Amino acid sequence: MLNLTGLRKTFFAGTPNEVRALQGVDLNIEAGSFVCVIGTNGSGKSTLLNSVAGAFYVDDGQIQLDGKDITRWPEHRRAKLIGRVFQDPFSGTAPSMTIAENLALASSRGRRRGLSLALKGARHGELRDRVAAMGLNLEDRLDNPIGTLSGGQRQSLTLLMAGLLRPSLLLLDEHTAALDPRSADQVIRLTQEFINRDKLTTLMVTHSMQQAASLGDRVIMMDRGRIIHDISGVEKDRLRPEDLLARFDDVRRANQLDESAAEMLRAQYV
Amino acid sequence: MSLLIGSLTIGLILSLLAYGILISFRVVAFEDLTVDGSLALGGATTASLIVGGVHPVLATLAGAAAGATAGAVTATLHTRFDINRLLSGILVMTALYSVNLRIMGKSNIPLLTQRTVMDYADGLATFLFGDRSMLHVASWQASSRDVASLLLMLVVSSGVGLALFAFFRTNFGLALQAIGDNTRMTRALGINVEFMTTFALFLGNGLIGMAGALLAQYQGFADVQMGIGMLVWGVASVILGESLVGTKKIGYLIAGAVMGSVLFRLLVAIALRWGLNPNDLKLITAAFVFAALVLPKMLTRFPALNSFVQRTVGVLRKEPADA
Ligand SMILES: Nc1ncnc2c1ncn2[C@@H]1O[C@H](COP(=O)(O)OP(=O)(O)OP(=O)(O)O)[C@@H](O)[C@H]1O
Ligand SMILES: [Mg+2]
Repeated sequence: MLNLTGLRKTFFAGTPNEVRALQGVDLNIEAGSFVCVIGTNGSGKSTLLNSVAGAFYVDDGQIQLDGKDITRWPEHRRAKLIGRVFQDPFSGTAPSMTIAENLALASSRGRRRGLSLALKGARHGELRDRVAAMGLNLEDRLDNPIGTLSGGQRQSLTLLMAGLLRPSLLLLDEHTAALDPRSADQVIRLTQEFINRDKLTTLMVTHSMQQAASLGDRVIMMDRGRIIHDISGVEKDRLRPEDLLARFDDVRRANQLDESAAEMLRAQYV
Repeated sequence: MSLLIGSLTIGLILSLLAYGILISFRVVAFEDLTVDGSLALGGATTASLIVGGVHPVLATLAGAAAGATAGAVTATLHTRFDINRLLSGILVMTALYSVNLRIMGKSNIPLLTQRTVMDYADGLATFLFGDRSMLHVASWQASSRDVASLLLMLVVSSGVGLALFAFFRTNFGLALQAIGDNTRMTRALGINVEFMTTFALFLGNGLIGMAGALLAQYQGFADVQMGIGMLVWGVASVILGESLVGTKKIGYLIAGAVMGSVLFRLLVAIALRWGLNPNDLKLITAAFVFAALVLPKMLTRFPALNSFVQRTVGVLRKEPADA
């Protein structure tokens, strides 16, 4: 389904600010699999999702989705295959357009947009049903600007929009991190519902060990631009948040060791 | 009276300019400085063609097409060659000054003796008012030709406005609106932002070129200087219109652009009547735009004054219920 081989990405290459955000990532995800991505800050999780989505081109490596090599596809072309929800609840919707208009935009994601009326009566009704099914009581506010809604409501709608035309791949980047706990729970519930219903292949970045342990069928852990743990099958089923925290501690200790070693070398040789 | 009718007519002609600016500055949020050049380009192209014997309607459309091309060039400089938006517009606007001189062959083309679209106003006047050349409404007097010109431009302006409104309700038009509202989302939804921005500037400057074409025919000449200050003029109209309608819905914004354009032209006519020196006009226009941009922010620092102004403005405009 999604096959990543040898992905590398360096920001500000050749300058003192050089960041090697991805240092050779290989990852194969089967159709219908729901993968959680965890890792410390700056470990390259967002960079991984952004390179798959096409926010920038990778320096090296290959991205295959649905049997197509999309490595050189521009972002808007990849959108045909990929649905996305961002961390910032304000990123995923157009605030001064109405809920219905936003949904209409999403309902032709990656398709040719012609000169037919965007919100015909039938389509309006269809979208209304989809909104009603979320159970957020937003179906009577379809003609209000989406900017008047709360962050949680907007994020739920973004999720609905991302899944409206069943995408080959769903990318969620800490999509509940900016929400209050109640809204976050709600969005997670909807996420699970959508993914289960449509058997969506999903990559979800999260900082919540609780989510990583309880959701999905696979967890990958990133550190310094590489995948360092890949947990699936029975091991994933038995996984508890504490196990993941322990692995984080290992990473932290190793990184500290590295830093103190580097410090020692610097003191001796520089 | 003829002064009033003349102002209204020019206000309606320049509503096409306001539409164009609405599309580039508001709908796709592109600060397009091509405007002064593309308006004069529209006038220059149309005037040259009319003098060359081309049918005035065709010549007007050619003026619009010329303006549209200029807009597409500005957008291409930005999207293909990564030139800053403002600089792209400035480059094209500057180049157009020479282009316009080339097209016209001199700095001014008179059209008074030529066949122009304004001749349709004469036809309309005869059709509506027979052979009366002066109309008497209550104690007012107006020449039937002036009234017919006004009606003609009303038809053009509202026709274009309605067409734009219909366009913005299509899938394509909706995608265009989303660009200025949230670019990141539009990319994620598979909208080709570069292409759409180019289209928006093409469309916007096409309307602006058409404004230039009609203005030249109405005033009876095209001049290489006729575009100077038009950008700020259009921005002033759009801002005025926005404050009149008080919502961001595209239909209201389109209507606002017409109202702003006409109202602004009227205010200027009144100011000139009261003895404002025409040379100061551009300074005043710029000051108006400055005030419109800065005052709302300044007001928030003085709560008492702010609430007074809000109440006053609130009386002036009835807020649409769901905005
Ligand atoms: N567009 C970009 N331009 C420059 N540097 C970037 C860009 N995106 C990411 N980086 C850098 O790449 C590194 C990895 O960042 P990334 O955002 O992928 O981390 P992350 O794992 O998502 O972290 P977090 O948990 O904080 O979101 C960081 O050092 C970051 O500063
Ligand atoms: Mg991140």
